[in-house]
Amino acid sequence: MDWEFIVQHIPLYQEAAWLTVRIGLLGVVFSILIGLVCAAIQYFRVPVLRRITGIYIELSRNTPLLIQLFFIYYGLPKIGIQTDPELCGIAGLAFLGGSYMAEAFRSGLEAVSPIQMESALSLGMNRRQTMGYVVLPQAASISVPAFIANVIFLLKETSVFSAISLMDLMFTAKDLIGLYYKTTESLVLLVVFYLLILLPVSVCGTLLERRLRYAGFGS
Amino acid sequence: MTETLLKIEHLVKKFDDNLILDDINLEVKKGEVIVVIGPSGCGKSTLLRCINALEPIQGGTISLDGEPIDDKSRSLSVLREKIGMVFQSYELFPHLSVLNNVMLAPLKVQKRKKEEVKEEALTLLERVGLKEKAGSFPRQLSGGQKQRVAIVRALCMHPELLLFDEVTAALDPEMVREVLDVILKLAAQGRTMIIVTHEMQFAQAVADRILFLDGGSIIESAPPEEFFEHPKTDRAKQFLNTFTFEAVKTPHKTIKEEED
Repeated sequence: MDWEFIVQHIPLYQEAAWLTVRIGLLGVVFSILIGLVCAAIQYFRVPVLRRITGIYIELSRNTPLLIQLFFIYYGLPKIGIQTDPELCGIAGLAFLGGSYMAEAFRSGLEAVSPIQMESALSLGMNRRQTMGYVVLPQAASISVPAFIANVIFLLKETSVFSAISLMDLMFTAKDLIGLYYKTTESLVLLVVFYLLILLPVSVCGTLLERRLRYAGFGS
Repeated sequence: MTETLLKIEHLVKKFDDNLILDDINLEVKKGEVIVVIGPSGCGKSTLLRCINALEPIQGGTISLDGEPIDDKSRSLSVLREKIGMVFQSYELFPHLSVLNNVMLAPLKVQKRKKEEVKEEALTLLERVGLKEKAGSFPRQLSGGQKQRVAIVRALCMHPELLLFDEVTAALDPEMVREVLDVILKLAAQGRTMIIVTHEMQFAQAVADRILFLDGGSIIESAPPEEFFEHPKTDRAKQFLNTFTFEAVKTPHKTIKEEED
């Protein structure tokens, strides 16, 4: 193991990690927004839109991210939309993540039994109050484990971004291997940096789950 | 005591083509306790759900204090405030403490003052023996305790009419009593109630009038003494017979050992 090589190239990885985190976080944020909208459309059975979101969810969940990225990266310029790779990465991640988040939120909403809603209505609450005070708090806590799993899954999926010439962690590792043949060192750095990004997310997720469980749910 | 609170006229309820309630007519006076009994699937629970507009109705009218209850009505939530409902499966809100379960609707719907609601909630909880559970969460309570909280939650809205939908059906036998005792106390206070139950002795004790429902119609409507002692229809007799048991024990025989 060439420690000098490792220390020397940490800044390069730092820069790549920052790119991964930036795209990952923005992708997750947009996934959440898309997921919320789609879950609401599905839950309230909005006509027409419900069909469209249904198609989107199946399409997005059943195709690999790499192929989605190719479509966005090589396809959009063909219809006259020029995009930079970073935006493509965010869009691809949001396209994939939106459907996973939608399913997580929808299953949370549907896990709250209709009779809970009736019990709120029979206390004189209107539909908005019923959603706000009774359904949403329960749905949110039920969604948390799936939500956290999705965040981690999406951050891991960022490893295919090098395919659209983004200089992320994976790209940097492959580049260094190609240049110096320091395979072990480059891969060790790659693994360590991914762990640095993902372990804190995992730990926070577990803490959040535990907190919510002790707050009186899961009966 | 003779003022009519709830009036149901020619109520018809269908699920698709299935007729669930067929021309129900009922008048409930203030302070009256009605117990609805009948075989499962006869429409008892549906009747309660219609009164609370949780089910749309296909014909007839239901009115409370002369105001029609209609699932399209704009003032529906105002009407529902006046009708408290307790469900078989308790339906406490699992994410809120006992006290917050009771206080949620008075605070958010009736916009009452927090101190006043809290004081009343604690008084009511004390009356059903659950004051010390105010800070607990529903999952920490037994079935009987949950159901008593559900009753308190309904009471805290000051309803004019209380609906009980088989509230002891999901409880262990020894917890049934504690819940029924609470309802008996409410009856003694002169509350207007419609109770669906399978507890016949309780029905006899609490009811001013028994309604026997079968096949979506009211077959009999009579004071409990009359209904249980002298049911008029064969259908009611048959139904009541299912609650009595004939002794089937034979005198104990000792088995003789066979000897060669």
